[in-house]
Amino acid sequence: MKIHIKNGRLIDPASGTDAKQDVFIAAGKIVALGSAPAGYTANRTIDASGLVVCPGLVDLAVRLREPGFEYMATLESEMQAAAAGGVTSLACPPDTDPPLDEPGLVEMLKFRARNLNQSHVYPVGALTVGLKGSQLTEMAELTDAGCVAFSHADAPLSDTQLLLRALQYAATFDFPVWLRPQDPGLARGGVAHDGQVATRLGLAAIPVCAETIALSTILLLARETGARIHLCRMSSAEGVDMVRQAKARGLKVSCDIAIHHAHLSEMDIGYFDPNCHLTPPLRSQRDRDGLRAALSDGTVDALCSDHTPVDEDAKQLPFGEAESGATGVELLLPLTLKWIEETRLPLIQGLARITSEPARILGVSAGVIKPGASADLCVFDPARYWKIEPAALKSQGKNTPYTGIEVKGKVGYTLVDGQVVYEAG
Amino acid sequence: MFLTTNPQLNKNGELHHLLSIEGLPGEILRQILDTAESFVGVTQREVKKVPLLRGKAIFNLFFEPSTRTRTTFEIAAKRLSADVINLAINVSSQTKGESVLDTVANLAAMQADMFIVRHSQSGAPHLIARHVSEDIHVVNAGDGRHAHPTQGLLDMFTIRHYKRDFTKLKVAIVGDILHSRVARSQIHALTTLGVPELRVIGPKTLLPMNVDNLGVHVYHDMAKGLKDVDVVMMLRLQNERMQGSFLPSPQEFFKFYGLTAEKLALAKPDAIVLHPGPMNRGVEIDSTVADGSQSVILPQVTFGIAIRMAVMSILAGN
Repeated sequence: MKIHIKNGRLIDPASGTDAKQDVFIAAGKIVALGSAPAGYTANRTIDASGLVVCPGLVDLAVRLREPGFEYMATLESEMQAAAAGGVTSLACPPDTDPPLDEPGLVEMLKFRARNLNQSHVYPVGALTVGLKGSQLTEMAELTDAGCVAFSHADAPLSDTQLLLRALQYAATFDFPVWLRPQDPGLARGGVAHDGQVATRLGLAAIPVCAETIALSTILLLARETGARIHLCRMSSAEGVDMVRQAKARGLKVSCDIAIHHAHLSEMDIGYFDPNCHLTPPLRSQRDRDGLRAALSDGTVDALCSDHTPVDEDAKQLPFGEAESGATGVELLLPLTLKWIEETRLPLIQGLARITSEPARILGVSAGVIKPGASADLCVFDPARYWKIEPAALKSQGKNTPYTGIEVKGKVGYTLVDGQVVYEAG
Repeated sequence: MFLTTNPQLNKNGELHHLLSIEGLPGEILRQILDTAESFVGVTQREVKKVPLLRGKAIFNLFFEPSTRTRTTFEIAAKRLSADVINLAINVSSQTKGESVLDTVANLAAMQADMFIVRHSQSGAPHLIARHVSEDIHVVNAGDGRHAHPTQGLLDMFTIRHYKRDFTKLKVAIVGDILHSRVARSQIHALTTLGVPELRVIGPKTLLPMNVDNLGVHVYHDMAKGLKDVDVVMMLRLQNERMQGSFLPSPQEFFKFYGLTAEKLALAKPDAIVLHPGPMNRGVEIDSTVADGSQSVILPQVTFGIAIRMAVMSILAGN
């Protein structure tokens, strides 16, 4: 299959390209940019006039809910959602049931995903058996099975000695470790940021120091062990400031935030909106501003959707009992564009946070448009407005804080390995 | 993602549900207090009934055990001639079976006119109010740490009864503010009604973050906090908070934050003492104070019936 994408505005953050250039695809690869190679005849031509052609998005946190939570979502539904969102590579956290702590589970997931012929799925393995925080998993075996990194997802890891050993072991083989900093004791029972909204609504709170204390432990252990550490889902201004200082001192760490934390704050909980019950909690407006500044200056390397489909029954409960998380893989692009527009960043610089940068963290050859690379592309209309309606989302999870909000930027085509896996109707 | 309109008010700005005191205009609070005033007379008559809610079905929906609050709501509803149905829902069996919303939907199908809701989770009455049909009213009878608006209102009624003018008062709330839905409702009511100086007194473990944002002055020293106040509002200390990580022991709490005659002497000579009950004598309040001449704890209970009658009749009329 040869596809010619013509007249589009090609934006490739990795090479710094932002120009009107055609893309020529053959046998799943990009074969040329600008002008067609000799003897090239396209089977299909996509007219991208007025559209942006960028690398397919790379999302560092998409819960596919398999195995174990098929009542919330299935691989089929969530892979369709990813394609509709322009996401061509995604990492899925190990917090399934059972958790991704055995090679067989990882192989099955990869196999199921591959058969769907959609986005590339990169499982993140469990750091400890059953995510129980007491015994290391067979990281080398899991890596052979396809894990790209190891994490503890949102499960508590209270034993610092075990964390030290996990990092030492991972560092031995240079396996990346992804950690969300949160002190389990300080966060115990909490459902919202320890600020004015939790005080007003009488919600059990999680203080910022739950993040910063765990973060300082991780940063010290990173220096001690030399492990490759990626910090997931930062939520506070103070936390990203610590990361900024650590990076300035030469510590090799990377970090991401969920797109929700770039737009929402504790105020959005309003009158107990369970769709704003997220992990980590939405913090103060000052924290949100701090996260956005860190995103602009590169302290925060990547934006992810932290896609968490939750079924209606688990959400329609009093705030504290409602399952946390929001659906988001279909909203990553427009919400990132919203941040880019509000921050007045060049489009290319902002798009790096959802393409080349997360690809670098994942350690895979994605998020780039150049001859020889896989033809993983997202073609979108940057000017098209649309209203977020939960029922219209492909994801089985309809739980979103953005119901009824009008956003700009709509995916027209998503290509994975040169195949059109999504085409807007 | 955006704040929606106040879920307690209807299109005309009238009270449709009573979920929290926060966000209610002063005129609605005064309307409830004035209406309650007219019901105090009823409760003292020989025939203690008025036909205002005849034929209405009121469901007491208690997801958390309560004797006192449920009983006063029941008495209030009966004095308004309503049919009262009491449901104590076992929370442990509930987690296995019906969800809150299923329970409510079933009861609504039985032609309920009003739900009186008590729940251990903050925000449960809001959730119910969001999902019931437009002709059903929801009254929050205490949710988690969030709000207990009828308690707050009966406290306001009591204060007005003894002190008349809110705008000249110094008021202190003492004890476990962090876990108290009563304190939150009191704070919103007192600030809305124009109390110029509102203090909260307690150890740092029992005060929520940024509590000063609610418009209160924070004290940790009872002697300083009680100085020259007109009203002392004591809070109940829950058993499970007395030992462990919030407080070392009930004895030590009583020593620093228990209301004794000596500490009360620091307040104005005519200061009144309130307590939402049930009291832990010797933990947050000494018996000599609880039973003393400045205590208005029993009148609070009596006024509680009038307040609940007022709330139910106003809601049914809107």
